[in-house]
Amino acid sequence: MRRPASSMLLTAGLFALPLGWALLLLIVPYLLMIAVGFWTRQFPLFVPDFQFGNYLQLFSDPQYTTVILRTLKIAAMVTGCALILGYPLAYFLVFTLRSDRLRNLIYMAVIVPLWVSYLLRAYTWKIILGTDGALNSALIWLGLIDTPLDAFLYNQTAMVITLTYIFVPFMVMPIYAVLENIPKGLIEASEDLGIGPLGTFRHVIAPLSLGGVVAGAMMTFCLSFGDFVAPVLVGGPDGTMVANLLQTQFGAALNWPLGSALATLVLIMVLAILGLTGWAERASARNLR
Amino acid sequence: MKQLLWWQKGMVGFVFGVLAFLYLPIVVLVVFSFNDSKVTSFPLSGFTWHWYQAVFANAQMLTALKNSLIVATCATGLTLTIGTLAALVLDRHDFPGKGLFRNAILLPLSLPGLVTGIAMLNFYKQIGIPQSLTAVVIGHATALLGVVVSQVMARLAKTDHRLLEASADLGAGPVETFFRVTLPAIRPAILGAGLLSFTLSFDEIPVTYFLTGRDITLPIYIYSTLRRGITPEINAIGSLIVLVSLLLIILSVGLLRDRK
Repeated sequence: MRRPASSMLLTAGLFALPLGWALLLLIVPYLLMIAVGFWTRQFPLFVPDFQFGNYLQLFSDPQYTTVILRTLKIAAMVTGCALILGYPLAYFLVFTLRSDRLRNLIYMAVIVPLWVSYLLRAYTWKIILGTDGALNSALIWLGLIDTPLDAFLYNQTAMVITLTYIFVPFMVMPIYAVLENIPKGLIEASEDLGIGPLGTFRHVIAPLSLGGVVAGAMMTFCLSFGDFVAPVLVGGPDGTMVANLLQTQFGAALNWPLGSALATLVLIMVLAILGLTGWAERASARNLR
Repeated sequence: MKQLLWWQKGMVGFVFGVLAFLYLPIVVLVVFSFNDSKVTSFPLSGFTWHWYQAVFANAQMLTALKNSLIVATCATGLTLTIGTLAALVLDRHDFPGKGLFRNAILLPLSLPGLVTGIAMLNFYKQIGIPQSLTAVVIGHATALLGVVVSQVMARLAKTDHRLLEASADLGAGPVETFFRVTLPAIRPAILGAGLLSFTLSFDEIPVTYFLTGRDITLPIYIYSTLRRGITPEINAIGSLIVLVSLLLIILSVGLLRDRK
């Protein structure tokens, strides 16, 4: 059936809107940010240029390398902790629990916090971990300790706890999804062959769930790497992260080119990780077949 | 029921531990919002509504709340309109660069928000959009497109394309077909994406931080207050937000279940 020309024009117009919008307001800004990363700062102006000075500075000045390395370390620790908490939970839901109702309920209970304000979830740890905070005062009140422990607040441990708390659902979701897809017959076959639960886990479940682990780990890593809130709320003087550096470059330090270069580094890292995850997921899907 | 082995019992304990880890902090927040003391320590000092009264007497906070509601509503409306159109384009048409376009729309979901915020700040500065709530609305609507596009496309993939042909054969124009066939089919996805976008926009910090001017949203207000220290008022407004989020979750679960 042929459509009238006016309706064709309307369709074209309607479809040009989202394409134009995303191109102009999303793709162009990312490209511009990458470009600004090569500009120079001639205080108080930023001059278009093409030079690698900003990147050189990021990789050589210890002020920046320390923070970048620390952020990588904290993101890795958060990923490890989230995996330790998340994997057994997902395993329990899929393989140990027999009731579908209970399984859905607990799964929902793990996901629901994602809907509760992310800022508030970070904030609660500020009131829990402080010197006069809920944890210390409760321990003193119960008579377990005499003086407040300052092992928790305003340091890297506090950040790891807070970020693990915030991002653990992102670890559980993909692992749960892959575990659920493992054919139950495979596990029965392994048990019929007289292989114990540990052997079944090592030879059947662990390799087949690797894709989900990689997806969850990458997601958790990227999110905690770029986190904006925890370092400000519970990180101390030794808790500066990449997010704080970026904030400073666009605020007090007023060095947008350097900030853009750093943001571009984060962008490249996340894209590389996403590519790797996609590859791992495809590889894992091939294993299942 | 099969008897649980010792390591399975251990696992039950572990799972309870993780669930406690996930929920105790929220309980602590709510408990201290009713605690009659300026510091958040045990033992509790007694029950009070004072912090809730303080919230409703705090003009700055209420303005920030109003700004947040306006921003979230506008951003959700805008992103639903553009996102649904984008999903239709991606579902029905092939064009060069389609894969790139799709990935670009999804990118803000996996990228730390502050990279997106910085990219937008750079660009808005160049084309002369001032830092303001309007800039925040445009920024949120753009960053949240991925939520709408992914949900609506998943739904479109499940709808029967023969229905569209049937509608055309019966003489309906494309506009009528959209409103009478396509829209009813994707309505649950639009509702779900709308609720999620609203929640995300209402709670958003990094993009807002870079794009906003003198007018601030509630998360930015809380964020900047917290940098100076704790006030129990934050516990009260926080508990209210938790309550509203829980109501929204129940609402969305109910809505999505009814449609199945």
